[in-house]
Amino acid sequence: MFYREAGQYKTTYQSDMAIFPLRQDRIGILIILALAYVAVPLMASDFILKTIMLPFLALVLAVIGLNILTGYTGLISLGTAGFMGVGAYACYKLTTIFPEVNILVWILVSGFFSAGIGVVFGLPSLRIKGLYLAVATLAAQFFLQWAFVRIPWLYNYNPSGAIEVPLRTVFGVPVTGPTAAIEVKYLIALTFVVVLTWVASNIVHGRIGRSWMAVRDMDIAAQLMGIKLLETKLLAFAVSSFYCGVSGALFVFIYLGGAEAGTEFGIRLSFIILFAVIIGGLGSMIGSFFGAGFIVALPTILKFGLPAIGIAITGAIAEKIVVMVIGALTIYLLIVEPHGLARLWQIAKQKLRVWPFPY
Amino acid sequence: MTDATLTTRKPVLGESQRNGLIAGGVLALFIAALVVATQTGTITRNDWTYKIFVDPFVSMVDMPDLLVQTVWEGFVAGVLYSLIALGFVLIFKASGVFNFAQGIMVVFAALSLVGIYEFLTLTLGMPAGFVAALVAMAGALGIMFVLAVAVERIVLRPLVNQPDIIMLMATVGLTYFLIGFGEYIFGGSPKVMITSQLGLPTGSTMLDFAGGRINIQHLDLAAAIIAAVMIAVLGFFFQYTRIGRALRAVADSHKAALSVGISLNQIWVIVWFTAGIVALLTGIMWGARSDVSFALEIIALKALPVLIVGGFTSIPGAIVGGLIIGVGEKIGEFYWGPLLGGGIESWLAYIIALMFLMFRPQGLFGDKIIERI
Repeated sequence: MFYREAGQYKTTYQSDMAIFPLRQDRIGILIILALAYVAVPLMASDFILKTIMLPFLALVLAVIGLNILTGYTGLISLGTAGFMGVGAYACYKLTTIFPEVNILVWILVSGFFSAGIGVVFGLPSLRIKGLYLAVATLAAQFFLQWAFVRIPWLYNYNPSGAIEVPLRTVFGVPVTGPTAAIEVKYLIALTFVVVLTWVASNIVHGRIGRSWMAVRDMDIAAQLMGIKLLETKLLAFAVSSFYCGVSGALFVFIYLGGAEAGTEFGIRLSFIILFAVIIGGLGSMIGSFFGAGFIVALPTILKFGLPAIGIAITGAIAEKIVVMVIGALTIYLLIVEPHGLARLWQIAKQKLRVWPFPY
Repeated sequence: MTDATLTTRKPVLGESQRNGLIAGGVLALFIAALVVATQTGTITRNDWTYKIFVDPFVSMVDMPDLLVQTVWEGFVAGVLYSLIALGFVLIFKASGVFNFAQGIMVVFAALSLVGIYEFLTLTLGMPAGFVAALVAMAGALGIMFVLAVAVERIVLRPLVNQPDIIMLMATVGLTYFLIGFGEYIFGGSPKVMITSQLGLPTGSTMLDFAGGRINIQHLDLAAAIIAAVMIAVLGFFFQYTRIGRALRAVADSHKAALSVGISLNQIWVIVWFTAGIVALLTGIMWGARSDVSFALEIIALKALPVLIVGGFTSIPGAIVGGLIIGVGEKIGEFYWGPLLGGGIESWLAYIIALMFLMFRPQGLFGDKIIERI
């Protein structure tokens, strides 16, 4: 009824290959964008912006990044948090060395540093995969975490060992640092997410994305069809780490406002992002959003939602339950719905398409 | 994996052996060059080459007592790593599952032991001591058994025949569930292991050695002995009992084992329970050396490099791999760590494992040829 594709003919290859082939989808995405850009900053309280929207927007890029690597290319990585850290520290160093350059440029550029490191640690993926590769990426995680603590140059010899985000303005408006308005931060993060998601979804729908998926499904067959494994896998590592790096820079500069050396980008964050990818749906862009949203919203709902409806629960217990629920849900989804929340979304769309006739 | 294995005729000198010879030759040349350079004064004490390649070895020879102490500490750490790896190998051999949760099972088992002991003595008023500790031990074993059954029913059975990577992620999920569950029940604060109540020795002995003294904790000695006994018992169990034979049959081929009437589900419960027992013993010894808390999670991950060095399917491999990693990282930390600012222990194990991956991907004793591309 609401979701009919009747009468929409695809007359060109271009319209057939479009990311949103249906008019309803295009209208829907415009409405979502309008809501995100206008309604949310106007209506949402600072609390919701601060505790849900900002971490969600920062983490969603990391989830997309890991999804590119694990979901699309089939290479498992446990070093996501390490690559995020590279982005954050690169951005910090760049903006303290060249303070006059626009901070938004540095956030983007720091992704390239992360991509470089990602390629180096991705080299073993040419010979190994599965758990072996997981161990190789664990090496990246622990090595990078160690570097963030032990190389004082990275945090400008700050005696507390932490990086503090300096005040930076864009066209006179404070963007980062303690005095920046939360709405401004939100809009900046949102723009990064929208643009980078658009880029990512174009990459995965194009030739490169197809070669990644070919490698994931069967690498030997992909090689026989003329896909160069070396370039393809390293490109996946580079793009994935780029997204993680930008995500890390946003995480520190927009959301946290400062990071202790090595504690923010620990192994637990890597796992959390891996879970977000699984829960959202391996190999799905929209799934990355669902996964990141779920991971960010669940602790807040448990911590603040349950007391609001009368179930007394302390923050400490809520945190433990969150860990438990995430672990259990991962197993549950792997058993029941291996394609994650994204698959549920597809089913819902399919239902809407045939409604009110159930066939 | 497959029922048939491909065999090829080996040349007189295998590829790895040839590579080894070349590497050895290069190393010998390098050492000779260093000796000549040091003797002729080309390299002085302040050069970085001297600090990296000469100084650590000089101090090893000069102070053998420190070297032996470091090796001993590495040996003890290695025994504990290999025990975690051992539980992993048991499960991998019998069900082909990469059990990421083994390290957390160690912490979980140790926490249940201490938690039950506290419950017995504080809440039920049982006199503290050996009896209460034994009861707690039985309780902890019961918990590990329930865990084994639950894992088999809830996780393994529905996921049978799924790709390896899905199974791995399921055990990662299990890891997280156990962390949250354990912290929820036993609290997040570190606990003290009931070492003396279990009858484990606690003192230490100083040995005179080569002009210095070596400090040996009795507990470490006991840990090494218990580990050796456990490995012997496991070896006997695998080799000579009916269940052990069934386990080996399942490891060889699931289908063939099923067709001769071995119940896979039963075998998996047994294997996970055995891994749980190994986890409990590991947890006791580990907890006795430091506090029992989920901070051990990071150290538990070190079992993965151990497995890569030793191979996924070999029990001796787990032991030797653990010792290599344990001794290697302690020596690296002690002699080369200061050059890099210390704390390199946190990643050295993984780098050692990476080196092994480059040259010998199946590990020292592993028999599964990993898929090359």
